[in-house]
Amino acid sequence: MSTPRLSLRHVAKRFDTLDVLGGINLDVAPGEFVSILGPSGAGKSTLFQILTGATTPGAGTIAFDGADLTDPAGKFAFMPQRDALMPWRRVIDNAVLGLEVQGVPRREAHRRVAPLLEQFGLAGFEQHYPSQLSGGMRQRVALLRTVVQDRQMLLLDEPFGALDALTRTSMQQWLERMWERHRWTALLITHDVREAVFLSDRIYVLSARPARVIHEIAVPLGRPRTLRDLSAPEATRIEAELLHALLGSASPELA
Amino acid sequence: MLVDYSPVSRIVGQLTGPGKRLGAAIGAAWPATVLVVTIILVWEFYTRYSGIKPTTLPAPSRVLQQIVENRQALIDNALPTVAATLSGFALSVASAFISSILVDFVRPLRRALFPVFIISQTLPLVAIAPLVVLWFGFGLLPKILLVALVTFFPMMVALVQGYDSTDKDMEWLLRSMGATRAQVFLKARLPSAIPFFFTGLRISITYAVVGAIFAEYSGAAKGLGIYMLAAKNNFRPDLVLAAVFCSALITLVLFGCTVVIERLSMPWEKVRKDDRK
Ligand SMILES: Nc1ncnc2c1ncn2[C@@H]1O[C@H](COP(=O)(O)OP(=O)(O)OP(=O)(O)O)[C@@H](O)[C@H]1O
Ligand SMILES: [Mg+2]
Repeated sequence: MSTPRLSLRHVAKRFDTLDVLGGINLDVAPGEFVSILGPSGAGKSTLFQILTGATTPGAGTIAFDGADLTDPAGKFAFMPQRDALMPWRRVIDNAVLGLEVQGVPRREAHRRVAPLLEQFGLAGFEQHYPSQLSGGMRQRVALLRTVVQDRQMLLLDEPFGALDALTRTSMQQWLERMWERHRWTALLITHDVREAVFLSDRIYVLSARPARVIHEIAVPLGRPRTLRDLSAPEATRIEAELLHALLGSASPELA
Repeated sequence: MLVDYSPVSRIVGQLTGPGKRLGAAIGAAWPATVLVVTIILVWEFYTRYSGIKPTTLPAPSRVLQQIVENRQALIDNALPTVAATLSGFALSVASAFISSILVDFVRPLRRALFPVFIISQTLPLVAIAPLVVLWFGFGLLPKILLVALVTFFPMMVALVQGYDSTDKDMEWLLRSMGATRAQVFLKARLPSAIPFFFTGLRISITYAVVGAIFAEYSGAAKGLGIYMLAAKNNFRPDLVLAAVFCSALITLVLFGCTVVIERLSMPWEKVRKDDRK
């Protein structure tokens, strides 16, 4: 295997008395779509806090393209769990936020976003405010804002967690098509087993706090994928395996 | 394509929006109007039939007559009050804005300054106003300072609260994009504070007028405050009430202005309300 884009070794973190991450090992290869499944409160978002530099790891090493990750700036494009769209910015201005922060001139930023609006189902809505959009559209604006930053890796924290089942499924199909097209290196956090199977090349399952990787599985389904592929015996076997791992690890109060 | 928002309903919403808002405004205003009219009628009947002396309680009709007769004097005295209110208010908003930014960037300053500000709010205006006039004379300056003193703190608190209301994920997102502390402030914290700022503005504009009148009451060449004092000393409650009416009118107009500015500066709030109904 070539040098992984991202490689975590024994990454641990505690907040005061709360032991959140208990030593995480994981790798993401360039162009690979990897998902992290884990129970609520396990510390999945905390992992992204560490990667984006919002907090420091208590222990362990993180390597990016083989080099020690000392400064995460400019490497990841991050999408937070709640879309964090700015209600006072129109769709187009929310989408270019990252470019604006990078100092890209407004006109140039708009020029870069323009061709993606159609693909993201946002053409004609550039001048709308987030409050005028449906949940699915808001998530697509947030995803657009993430990918136009043109970073080496996407960090997506439960992008579809707040959507209804139907919208979520159509968004998953859409993201799969987008990924086929752009081949982003991506790390996705999710609660949704089917979502993980449908989108990923590889899946890690985390235990409840303090989180460790308790299971790792490759998804050998072909691409492009359709919903029908989810009912293939291979897919149902993986789903069952993942569910088993997840339920076995659920926190005591839920078990 | 995944279009799940109907442009038609939006356009219909825009067409019916303003009309609905006018209707809503009337709907919202009528209970207050009925109440005010009732109070004035009761007052009018009471003064007519109870035999109370006009030098104790003048009838509203008499107050109205005095307003018309003394309109020139009232306007002459209202203008300095408006000037003091607006300049004092401008000074207070500007200094609240600057100090709120300082406090936001330099956390220890917050702990140092807030107790001082709170103490400044406990100073009784009755005692402070004559002193400020004594120090700064009968001109505009002491009024400006007093208006600023009473309105600074509510503005400051509103701004600081507004900054702190910023969505943590939004700040995290900006940091992940490589934003500097100043960029986080400009792109997230400052806009998050806008609704709080206007709430503070609406509260303090009413304090501002009262503050200006109080300052004039303690000594001024012209102004509604000194006009009220003179009328009271001449046993003319009708003129006092005429001046009170003017100050109420000024407050209402200024309040209305803040509401209009608020609407104009937050277009995203407007679409939200229009879309809800
Ligand atoms: N900055 C922080 N300070 C203290 N505790 C924190 C902090 N951030 C997260 N935590 C705690 O760490 C634990 C894990 O939180 P985290 O958000 O990483 O969970 P998660 O796996 O993303 O959960 P979910 O699936 O519900 O989003 C929680 O108990 C949370 O309260
Ligand atoms: Mg989370």
